[in-house]
Amino acid sequence: MKNTTLILICLSAFFVTFAQTGEASARRKTVPVVNLKDIYGNVVSTSTIDNGGKPIIIDFWATWCKPCIRELSAIADVYDDWVKETGVKLYAISVDDPRSSSQVKPFVDGKGWSYTILLDQNSDLKRAMGVGPIPQTFVLNGKGEIIWTHTTFAEGNENDIIEVIRKVVKGEEIK
Amino acid sequence: MKKLVLFCIGIAAMALFPGRLKAQDFLKNAQVTGSFQADAALYQKDAAMGITSESINGQPVRMNGFTEVNYEYKNFYAGMRFEAYLPPLLGYDPSYLGAGVPYWYVKYKNDLLEVTAGNFYEQFGQGMTFRTYQEWTLGYDNSMRGLRVKFMPSKGITLTGVYGFQRFFWTPFQNNNRGIVKGIDGDFNLNDMFSALSDSKLKITIGGSFVSDYQKDKNMPYVIGDKAYTLSLPQNVACYGGRLNLNYAGLNFYTEYAHKINDPSKMNEYIYKPGNAILVDLTYSRKNLGIELKSKWIDNFSYKSDRSYSLNGVDINYLPAINKEHTYALSAMYPYATQTTGEAGIAGSVVYTIPKNSKLGGKNGLTIEVDFSQVNSIKKTPVNDTTPIGQTGTLGYAANFYSIGNEVYWQETQVDVTKKIGKKVKCIFEYLYQTYNKAVVQGHPEDPIIYSNIGIADVTFNVNKKLSLRWELQGLFTKQDNGNWAEGMMEVTISPKWFFSLSDQYNYGNSDASKQLNYYNVAAGFVYNTTRIQLAYGRQREGIICVGGVCRYVPQSSGFTLTVTSSF
Repeated sequence: MKNTTLILICLSAFFVTFAQTGEASARRKTVPVVNLKDIYGNVVSTSTIDNGGKPIIIDFWATWCKPCIRELSAIADVYDDWVKETGVKLYAISVDDPRSSSQVKPFVDGKGWSYTILLDQNSDLKRAMGVGPIPQTFVLNGKGEIIWTHTTFAEGNENDIIEVIRKVVKGEEIK
Repeated sequence: MKKLVLFCIGIAAMALFPGRLKAQDFLKNAQVTGSFQADAALYQKDAAMGITSESINGQPVRMNGFTEVNYEYKNFYAGMRFEAYLPPLLGYDPSYLGAGVPYWYVKYKNDLLEVTAGNFYEQFGQGMTFRTYQEWTLGYDNSMRGLRVKFMPSKGITLTGVYGFQRFFWTPFQNNNRGIVKGIDGDFNLNDMFSALSDSKLKITIGGSFVSDYQKDKNMPYVIGDKAYTLSLPQNVACYGGRLNLNYAGLNFYTEYAHKINDPSKMNEYIYKPGNAILVDLTYSRKNLGIELKSKWIDNFSYKSDRSYSLNGVDINYLPAINKEHTYALSAMYPYATQTTGEAGIAGSVVYTIPKNSKLGGKNGLTIEVDFSQVNSIKKTPVNDTTPIGQTGTLGYAANFYSIGNEVYWQETQVDVTKKIGKKVKCIFEYLYQTYNKAVVQGHPEDPIIYSNIGIADVTFNVNKKLSLRWELQGLFTKQDNGNWAEGMMEVTISPKWFFSLSDQYNYGNSDASKQLNYYNVAAGFVYNTTRIQLAYGRQREGIICVGGVCRYVPQSSGFTLTVTSSF
């Protein structure tokens, strides 16, 4: 009982603190600095995620996640057009663990996708960004600020993503 | 607990009180992220399934839930996760009953150094010597509590040290009731380290790790025949390994080897043989083609920080199954799980996309995937003429490196075709042939080997930009176990907010007519940005859910389930 009370006090302290943080915080969130691996096994920091001032899509996925593959396939059909129109770059963050992470590169190449792939084998970035079930998609503006995020995929969601990106390019405010 | 309170007060104090702590800064320029999930169920009686109020155990309402919060300010990070299981859902370990904060950490990180105090998840190489992780859907968490230091002295070098004990449900660490785990790991990218190699097309990464588990000596009495013995158990169990990755253009070669000294445990029936494991993986890929060949050989390699525990938990290393993970209901009916006492496995896969606007590929192209995997026993021979294989208190057996036994544990062939027709229709067709040694994998010696043919069709029709329909039709055909199954599913999605689904799994081939049941399910869901709410009603068949290296038994149930997930 005593422990439960202490935990409740702790949680309240946390939420009071964070609620204030939320109110006071004027700036938008950015991608936390976490070390991932690229498909060649090199350690890569998320601080290198960059698109020269143009918008970025970050998509959490895995080779075993059917809705994720549907989403990335749907985007792949129009990706070249998106890049031409807006200069956007998609980082596909695979959360495949060691069971399937070696499959990621042949799978992506076999599908003919031209995304930048990073491996988050132990879900470090997934946890740091508060991502729950996948897929979850983030859109970043040219300054690397997260301006939009969405969880799950339904056919047609790719239209929402490009709409957001078009607004970013035009400098319009995203609600 | 005291430490936790101090930690919380510290965080709150830093943020709440102005002055020297520069609270303004801590508030304004800080970043908070987090996630939330609640899985609740209302279980019902179901006469046809044999579920009575006794089997519900007087607790029809159950819930698993968590909230995780991460705080980040410049180089400083902190976070915690609150979990509640009141009581845990059916199929989760009853030891989870309760609520509390099993996970909290503070971290400081700059370009050279990263120090974490509290709980952490970490992986050395592919995890053969050490991996702590969490898998909410399985109810699995073996996080370390202690200290972790990462040191990056120059480009291409990462050194990691860990020290602590592992989470075991809610049981506090006291009186050495489980092991203290220490480990070091080095990861070296030779192309970054040596300027002579920096422009080489051949990319080389090497690594090595050493892990040790200290568990207080608790020597065990043991009787063989009419003789009484005492098993003298090693207090320190060391495990070490090395790894190499070579990459040249589209080719990639990876290998990892690990060795463990004698580690008698409940998992290996207290034999004293050292353990070995090796993984070899070769991939080749170019645009539209990906090939992988993989082999894994495991000999007596379970490594837990409590040698007397044989269920899911306190694993120090990670040995995932070699075969592909399935997500369709019937292809996942018989999931394989790694046999840590010994197995020899191979797997291969080819993914090929026939390009758009070609004769075979048509206007939209066509993707074909073929997978194969097989796992056998390893060849074990007796250590001498008088000792049976696996005899407790002895070396147990002898096995030559990479030996392959005759017993098949698992085999699978899978062919998968993905095709888009016009602009509106997407189809996936899948065929699988599986051989599943239930006696070995699930430990039911009386069960026969199950041979099953499985066919799956998954069709999506985009009616317009907002409305899409998806159908699944699946069949599993086998003469063993519960016989044939059919599954049908229809899903309606109104993008971006609503979805509805209706599904049924029908065990029409069960030789026991009273078990030819329909496992129907109706679900509706709502998504708003990062929040998802799903309410479902129906029956859940008995089964096994596996994610990575761990499997969880799911008992049959009937009733309502509510799932809420959110992130911020």
